[in-house]
Amino acid sequence: MSTPTTTAGHAAVPAWKEWILTTDHKRIGVLYLVGSMAAFGVAGLMALIIRAEQMQLGMQIVTSGTQYNGFLYFHGAAMILAFLIPGLTGFAANYFLPLMIGARDVAFPRINAFSVWLFYFAIVLALLSFVVPDAPDIMWTGYPPYSVTTSANTSMYVFTVHLLGFSSILGAVNFLVTVIYMRAPGMGWNQLNMFVWTTVAAFVLQLVFIPVLAAAVTLLLFDKYLGTHFYDPSAGGDVLLYQNLFWFYSHPAVYVIFLPAVGILYDIMATMAKNRVFNYKAAVYVGIWGTVGIAGIVWVHHLYISGMPDWIRLGHMVTTLLISVPVGILTLSLWGTLYKGAITYNTAMMYAASCLYLILLGGLTGIPLAIPSMTLHLSETSYVHAHFHFIMALFSAFALFAGIYYWFPKMTGRYADGPLATASFWLNFIGVNVTFWPLFIIGKEGMPRRYWDYEMFKDVQVMGFYFEDYHKVATIGAFTIALGMLLQTINFVYAAFAGKPAPTNPWNSKSLEWTHTVSPPGPGNFGDTDVVVDENWSPYEYNK
Amino acid sequence: MRKLLSAMTGLAGGALLSTQAFAQEIRNPAAEWEHLWNEVIMDITVIGVIMSVAAIVMLVKYRATSPEQVGTAKKLTTVQSISFALIPASIFMADDFYLAANGWTVWNAYRRVPENAMEVKVTAYQWYFEFEYPDGTVADGSDFSAIKVPAGQPTVFRMTSEDVIHSFGLPYYRVKEDVMPGRITYIWINPDKEQTEAVLQCAEFCGDSHSQMANPIHAVPQAEFDAWLAELAAEG
Repeated sequence: MSTPTTTAGHAAVPAWKEWILTTDHKRIGVLYLVGSMAAFGVAGLMALIIRAEQMQLGMQIVTSGTQYNGFLYFHGAAMILAFLIPGLTGFAANYFLPLMIGARDVAFPRINAFSVWLFYFAIVLALLSFVVPDAPDIMWTGYPPYSVTTSANTSMYVFTVHLLGFSSILGAVNFLVTVIYMRAPGMGWNQLNMFVWTTVAAFVLQLVFIPVLAAAVTLLLFDKYLGTHFYDPSAGGDVLLYQNLFWFYSHPAVYVIFLPAVGILYDIMATMAKNRVFNYKAAVYVGIWGTVGIAGIVWVHHLYISGMPDWIRLGHMVTTLLISVPVGILTLSLWGTLYKGAITYNTAMMYAASCLYLILLGGLTGIPLAIPSMTLHLSETSYVHAHFHFIMALFSAFALFAGIYYWFPKMTGRYADGPLATASFWLNFIGVNVTFWPLFIIGKEGMPRRYWDYEMFKDVQVMGFYFEDYHKVATIGAFTIALGMLLQTINFVYAAFAGKPAPTNPWNSKSLEWTHTVSPPGPGNFGDTDVVVDENWSPYEYNK
Repeated sequence: MRKLLSAMTGLAGGALLSTQAFAQEIRNPAAEWEHLWNEVIMDITVIGVIMSVAAIVMLVKYRATSPEQVGTAKKLTTVQSISFALIPASIFMADDFYLAANGWTVWNAYRRVPENAMEVKVTAYQWYFEFEYPDGTVADGSDFSAIKVPAGQPTVFRMTSEDVIHSFGLPYYRVKEDVMPGRITYIWINPDKEQTEAVLQCAEFCGDSHSQMANPIHAVPQAEFDAWLAELAAEG
């Protein structure tokens, strides 16, 4: 990536120092991208080990249950906490949110730099957990009493969550202040990009709910190392308190991932279809903010089989099902954005189009899980595993990749499209379906999550095939994705240095990050002229 | 008059008792689960197919014919905007409430234990389940041996854990519930078929041997069950 040198004196500082000491939101965004993609790579390797282990009955790759559980733990924790959340709210928001609102930087650039380094410290700390004796094996959920009584090192997990939590809270405050006070003169709330709206909503969720997670894991730490009994029923504690606190944050965290992913899709689809966002105000005020409103009253569906009182399970059935209303309005608006559009296809749009399918599959398969009587059987099976991978891992990751392809010319001045990009897209898209469809099928027949073996089901057949056959297919799918991701990484690195040069606004977008600045933007984003917009301006007004 | 009244009361009582609500007919949650599953799958398939077809049609139909072409969607009027929010919201809510009502019915079948159910006390350990039958006989599941229940006899499992959280899952019977220290939870099954061989497994992550915490669970004729229990008692 070329170094912007619009400000005199910058070139004298060595490049590595510029990156370490930077307070520029774009460089911080790139640092988040590199860190989260690295976490994705490591967590992806763990996924391959997990799938390879499950390919056949019996133990093949791992040498003990604890080792397998360690891989599962790291895969889940890294994918959610170090890849999806930092990738979407760290990278994408950092780089593009100030550009989209016409701001020269974020409100508190140094705090921004502090948050990205907290994120890196957290990743290092998480990786260190592999070299300490008794590596953590508590899953990313860390339920007590197991996490308290196991000899595994729970403190590494807790401190990682603390660091990431601090990082996210600082980011949330910073970006909310930025959007509230630093929009370009003339820019009203209803002129914001959908990505800005969804990110603001995600930051509100982070700000409200992260402290609850921090409290939950801190009490866990106290119970394990200081001898308190918050979660210990034998001394008056409550064994379910942790689960309630944990999911009170961790279900809204799904929307922290989901909403910015949807925002990226809106921006790509409106640009590529050269069309206005369908029913913008309903999408923002009912869709996005409705989701935020209901986000805090759905957590109990993670506890449907935990022995919660019957009345609260039924109450949460209704609130959980009702999340389909705002999400449905968002989906309808996303679909409507294509209506009467003029769609041009590139890799970004191909990923975005595949997301339309992934959001449907992932979202609709969640409906049975909102109903307690259905969940009594489906909970903790690979049906759940497949469902949340489709909506969180696949939909959100594909949206992030769509965003990287879409904004690649902005970040590097070069296109990332080409035969390698197309090949890796198809490998990824076919791969995810081959991996997770079989898990839906055996999940419905009882294949449990978090099992390295399924000896007890070896004679059970579904549609004429054994569980082992389905696992084989899923493993082949996982390796197909791995090949696709490898090609994609090669493509990104190659394109960043030697890709086809792109003009400043290659997609003819109306959004400020394309129309008002060069690629890549230099320090201060917009050169010498401040961005001013008039009241009729909109990032999606193509047919005027 | 008295005779007439008692005859009428008898008739009314008989009629009421013959209805499902009063007859306390023993329902089968697993069968009701399957029924609801089919209903929900139908529901989400219809939504999924409509939305997929709409997406595919638009993605194909609205391809740009030239790079300069722009979309021609009109700005919605206020009435249109509100309608496009309210109408779909009403449809989604109607579907939600429909599914919630059906889910509630099945839920009641799951949570109301028949009065004549046999009670088995389950204690979970890392990493096995232990079963105590009404006569005090204990079946130790730690050797992964088959656990038996009498076919045709509703059985309720009252469960607690001695260490960490486990979960008592019976996929064949479409039910599971967590087993926790300091709390007692329950599930019941209606093993209506003889010689049903099913899997019992732990479904909540509980450490190293979580993946091996399983037993076969067999529904057998009453006589065979009694003989098995007597054998266990004799072994002490």
